[in-house]
Amino acid sequence: MSESLAMLPQVIIDGLTLGFVYALVALGYTMVYGVLEFINFAHSEIFMVGAFAGTEALLILQSTGALAALPPFVSLVIALLFGMIVAGLLAAGMERVAYRPLRGAPRLVPLISAIGVSFFLQDAVRLFEGLWRNAFYLTTPVLYRQTLRFSNVDIQIRTLILVGVCLVIMFGLTTFVNRTKLGRALRAVAQDQATASIMGVNVNFMITMTFLIGGALGGAAGVLFAMQYTLIHPYVGFILGIKAFTAAVFGGIGNIPGAMLGGVLLGMVESLGSAYLGILTHGAFGAEYKDVFAFVILILVLIVKPSGLLGETISEKA
Amino acid sequence: MRKYRWLVLLVVSLLLVSTAVAGCGKPKVIKIASVSPLSGAQSSMGEAMKLGVQMAIDENKDKFKKLGYDLQFTPQDDQADPKVGVSVAEKLIADKDILLVIGHLNSSVAIPSSEVYAKDNLTMISPANTNPKVTDRNLPNVNRVCGRDDFQGPWGARYAVETLKVKSVFVIHDKTTYGQGVADEFRKKAEALGVKVLGFEGITQGEVDFSAVLNQVKVKKPDLIYFGGMFPEAGQILKQAREKKIGAYFMGADGLDDKGLIDIAGKDAVGVVYSTAAGDVTKSEVGRNFAANYKAKFGKEVGAYSAQAYDSANIGLLALEAAIKANNGKKPTRAQVSTETRKVKYTGILGPVAFDSKGDNINAKIYIFEIKEAKYPGTLAAELSGKP
Repeated sequence: MSESLAMLPQVIIDGLTLGFVYALVALGYTMVYGVLEFINFAHSEIFMVGAFAGTEALLILQSTGALAALPPFVSLVIALLFGMIVAGLLAAGMERVAYRPLRGAPRLVPLISAIGVSFFLQDAVRLFEGLWRNAFYLTTPVLYRQTLRFSNVDIQIRTLILVGVCLVIMFGLTTFVNRTKLGRALRAVAQDQATASIMGVNVNFMITMTFLIGGALGGAAGVLFAMQYTLIHPYVGFILGIKAFTAAVFGGIGNIPGAMLGGVLLGMVESLGSAYLGILTHGAFGAEYKDVFAFVILILVLIVKPSGLLGETISEKA
Repeated sequence: MRKYRWLVLLVVSLLLVSTAVAGCGKPKVIKIASVSPLSGAQSSMGEAMKLGVQMAIDENKDKFKKLGYDLQFTPQDDQADPKVGVSVAEKLIADKDILLVIGHLNSSVAIPSSEVYAKDNLTMISPANTNPKVTDRNLPNVNRVCGRDDFQGPWGARYAVETLKVKSVFVIHDKTTYGQGVADEFRKKAEALGVKVLGFEGITQGEVDFSAVLNQVKVKKPDLIYFGGMFPEAGQILKQAREKKIGAYFMGADGLDDKGLIDIAGKDAVGVVYSTAAGDVTKSEVGRNFAANYKAKFGKEVGAYSAQAYDSANIGLLALEAAIKANNGKKPTRAQVSTETRKVKYTGILGPVAFDSKGDNINAKIYIFEIKEAKYPGTLAAELSGKP
């Protein structure tokens, strides 16, 4: 038992790392849901495109020799910005092409359209990378190799960067939504599109903004993910997207702090589950049951609190 | 408009007549299919298989032309997915010109697909499916040239004990038919040889974060990590294990036998030991010639199962030829080809092949490779045959 306790700090740190990635992706789901009450299933592919864009930026820097010359921090910023811009623009473009024409249609129609976009993006990236690098997997260059050691706990510098960037982005987003004029317009659109437009808010512009910001967050998550785990492929968004969506529901979909909390908690539950299930049940349930474990907890939470951890009960719109 | 309609009708009927006329003079068509993943994560292995088959067919085209047959090759993509595999199989079985299937790469795809081929006794020769169930169902149409997981896993265990001298092992698998199967066989033999199995955990294919399982490995300090699964996850686990300063030996089966492992794990791949049912083509004169021809023809290096796919296709073609002759030059039925396949005695790139009553190759070997520097393939460490 003592040895299983000894690994606890490491398990918590690995869980936090994964949790912050989930949280960042979950924000994209929750923002779009908050404004349009529609689940953008293609968000997981926006994440994946961000990961590829960031990795490509680093690979191109590497091939020109700039990666070795520049301080790692500069490369990090370049990759992050590039990933965010590509993913943000893609998400906004996707809204224009695939969702806006369906704005008045029944709820399920844009959902199907989102699934279509998702397949399209997966295979478009696969085709592009196949032609461009003749590769399915890309290995992301590692910027920070150092590891901090505290007795039996290893913390990689890049994990700290991941958590740090996530916190900055989340803080920035919360400030933007709650304290700026644009943020107020966004909340107005979320509450009631018709009334907001009477009050002089450009609804289409605000929705494009939502996708732009949500997409950029997904892109940032993708770049950070690629840097942390250094291996990406065109289908990498699929499992992660499902988990992040779960995290958004867990925290209360439509609620920004809820998405963050849900993400971090889900990451922790998964990490604890796969580390301890085997030990606690003496091998009857192994690490392969971690997802079952995580989803059982999700179901329990939703039974007790159907709107999620931080979600408010929203009355049906008239 | 009306005028045009007549014109269209005329053109169409002319075309029909011309193809019918041309069809008379043409030799009869026999189609051979390869089925392997040509897209997705494992496409590099699948492509290498396809090209091996293509090479055998191209070399035999003239011979079959003399017999009055036009040999055609139709490569199929099963996407390493059992559902896709079965629907491809349904498509193949519906096309009566198809008399031979070389495939698949993954046992989990081959098993349900071969049930479909069995409906019409369509011969399947597998270059790569190592799961015992592939042949243990005693289907008359299913054969394989490679070894079996209940040889591969145990030989791996023996090698680990006798050569690497390990005393404890942590087993990880990817929950697939192949991965969990070979890991299970490894575990059984390892336990029988007195090795302590400290854990047996599953991971999910397609994930990239394995830190949670590796935290367990770290506190249990095994001498060896055994992984039953494919190279992408293997490479990622290996990389993360070394990052966590886990210095244990890393061993796996033929799922690791791909250049992709080196691409993903880089320098961390050094020291990896893997067993495989695919031999080293550079060991023999025939093999080196094959590799050179392959490179000249396709501009690529041979993959893990290229040579085995080539051998499989050649065996199938010998059976086809025998069936045609037995049938007095008429096009044989699928059942005839299937019966002839079991009778073929053939010596290929990787040695002699002959099938037993289940369709297993009685001469199948298991090879152990070690990666000594970060390049593919590794160095052949042992060549084993028979029951471990």
